[in-house]
Amino acid sequence: MTRHTSGRGGSRLKTWLLGLLPLAIVALAALGFAVLDGPGLTERNGPPAEELVVERTTLAAGSIELVVRNAGPDPVTLAQVAVNDAFADFRIGEPVIGRLGSTSVRITYPWVDGEAYEVALLTSTGGVVGHEIPVAVLTPDPSGFIGLMALLGTYVGVIPVAIGMLWLPWLRRVPPGWIRTLMALTIGLLAWLAIDAALEGMEVANEGAGALGGAGLVGIGAIAAYLVLSGVQAWMTGRPGQQGGHRLALLVAVGIGLHNLGEGLAIGSAYAVGALALGATLVVGFAIHNTTEGLAIVAPVSEERVSALRLSLLGLVAGGPAILGAWLGAATTQPALAALLLGLGVGAIAQVILQIAPSMRDGSGRLLHPLSITGILTGMLLMYATGLLT
Amino acid sequence: MDNSRNGFHPATLIRDFDQGKTSRLSDGRILREWTLVAQEKEIEVAPGVTFPAWAYNGRVPGPTLRATEGERLRITLVNHSAHAHTIHFHGLHAAAVDGTAGVGLGLVQPGEQTVYEFDAEPYGLHLYHCHVTPLAHHIAKGLYGVFLIDPKEARPEADELVMVMNGFDTNFDRANELYAVNTIPFVYMSEPVKVTVGEPVRIYLVNVLEYDLVNSFHVHGNFFDWYPTGTSKKPVEHTDTVMLCQGQRGILEITFPREGRFMFHAHQSEFAELGWMGFFEAGPRKEPVT
Ligand SMILES: [Cu+2]
Repeated sequence: MTRHTSGRGGSRLKTWLLGLLPLAIVALAALGFAVLDGPGLTERNGPPAEELVVERTTLAAGSIELVVRNAGPDPVTLAQVAVNDAFADFRIGEPVIGRLGSTSVRITYPWVDGEAYEVALLTSTGGVVGHEIPVAVLTPDPSGFIGLMALLGTYVGVIPVAIGMLWLPWLRRVPPGWIRTLMALTIGLLAWLAIDAALEGMEVANEGAGALGGAGLVGIGAIAAYLVLSGVQAWMTGRPGQQGGHRLALLVAVGIGLHNLGEGLAIGSAYAVGALALGATLVVGFAIHNTTEGLAIVAPVSEERVSALRLSLLGLVAGGPAILGAWLGAATTQPALAALLLGLGVGAIAQVILQIAPSMRDGSGRLLHPLSITGILTGMLLMYATGLLT
Repeated sequence: MDNSRNGFHPATLIRDFDQGKTSRLSDGRILREWTLVAQEKEIEVAPGVTFPAWAYNGRVPGPTLRATEGERLRITLVNHSAHAHTIHFHGLHAAAVDGTAGVGLGLVQPGEQTVYEFDAEPYGLHLYHCHVTPLAHHIAKGLYGVFLIDPKEARPEADELVMVMNGFDTNFDRANELYAVNTIPFVYMSEPVKVTVGEPVRIYLVNVLEYDLVNSFHVHGNFFDWYPTGTSKKPVEHTDTVMLCQGQRGILEITFPREGRFMFHAHQSEFAELGWMGFFEAGPRKEPVT
């Protein structure tokens, strides 16, 4: 008996050791390879590959400040800075930027409002990294962001979603056939949002350092959100007392919330670089666009009793992240993070669409029937049309 | 094209010489004084196209300052713009009044003023411009003008014209979108420069064009005498085309033997078709009234 146990213990230890053996060999080999300076390999041909990405541009009176990230395999030393073909005085945090490291370059330059500039960063090897400032505008003071971004997030996220949810009493009075069509419409709306977020994510990712993941981050975000929401959904199904409609409404709200996070992010970062005129047109456009999202949240609960508190919580879950996104976007322009967040929205929406899909089924159990197809297409068209306003 | 809104018109600017205000110094010499105000000014550079210019005395090019060799000159620069500027004169003078940042009088900050004082020498056709970094920007925005010093023994009578060859980078990509003489493209196509058959014409030609390496002047159906920089009274060439880099200038003397419209333009066809072309209209000699 004792021998038997110790034997099992011994075999468990052996299993562990066998599992760790290849790892230990890899570690030893890597160490030896590094100590011997890569025997058998020749030096790389040509000059070091320098790849710098400007992640943030801040324009203050008489100065241009860039945050530069090294996205290449070798350390890069920034030696000189020229603006519009003329060398300019500059201060740099750390001239040698390590792999994936970043530094801030503060250039003294009397830029003029509304004009275009091209900054050339000269590295110690004589390489040039160009950065364009298409229209120079004073970068807004971050201390003024918090209130303004909260207001903006409320305008484009919270209020429109809440207004859209006011369709609930009307929804309760229409026949079931209409509800099925409305669920199809919701799927159309969501599908459009997912496509939009995916494209936006790719675009943002391509602005950043490829070494940090690029467009792949959108995919990672999407898959992560999809899996997490699927898990949450499975857990909620297992809990007693959860009505199907409530669960669905919450999932839709979470999906739309993640989408609005991305939307807020876009607004915030556009504002931070001065590319956004905070005009009434923009706010009205986003507001009309997002009102349709409120409809999507209440559609699943049209046949169930819902308390006002629960409804306002749903609204907050869907609209509130716009504020969060706007803060985040205004405070930091890290393209990799933005791509990841936009990816989360894509995955969340995909999961929600799969959840809603069964509620489109007609009497004979068909998913795609003329009414549902019309609904989906109308939903996408509606989003496209209201999107033109922004 | 509303030239009156700009406050200057190429048709009058071409014969506008600013002699300044004169007085006698105790040693009997003439003291000549001007005041130049640097300011931001939106100007219409082509129909419907505005350019946020920087100008001396509200016009581009700035006033044509005309003096005579040996006079004492005193030029006050008042800076009413949001950026530091100077006036850098071509000519002979002390380092302190060179209008260069960090030397002598140095930069003239917004709201401040300074006085440049020196003797008018050597005689010839010169220019002045702002000399603040970024230099290309301060010049291309419009801070330049003609500085003409007549020889003590005056040149022969002639119909005198000023032509400043310039251009405008309206989208700030460091390449010009518009080219002209005296700022407004094609203006002398619709309002030709009127000259008289048989009467000598003297053209003070200055190239201030930024961003392009060279500029040129070519006249149709005629030849001219060319006096580079105007520092000699002997022409160096009898030609119909001259080429100038930025800051290069010279005097052309030409007489039109026949009536009619004769084109003048840059012989870079691109510049010509982007605005740098015009007409001389040679009219009949006016009979003296009896
Ligand atoms: Cu200047």
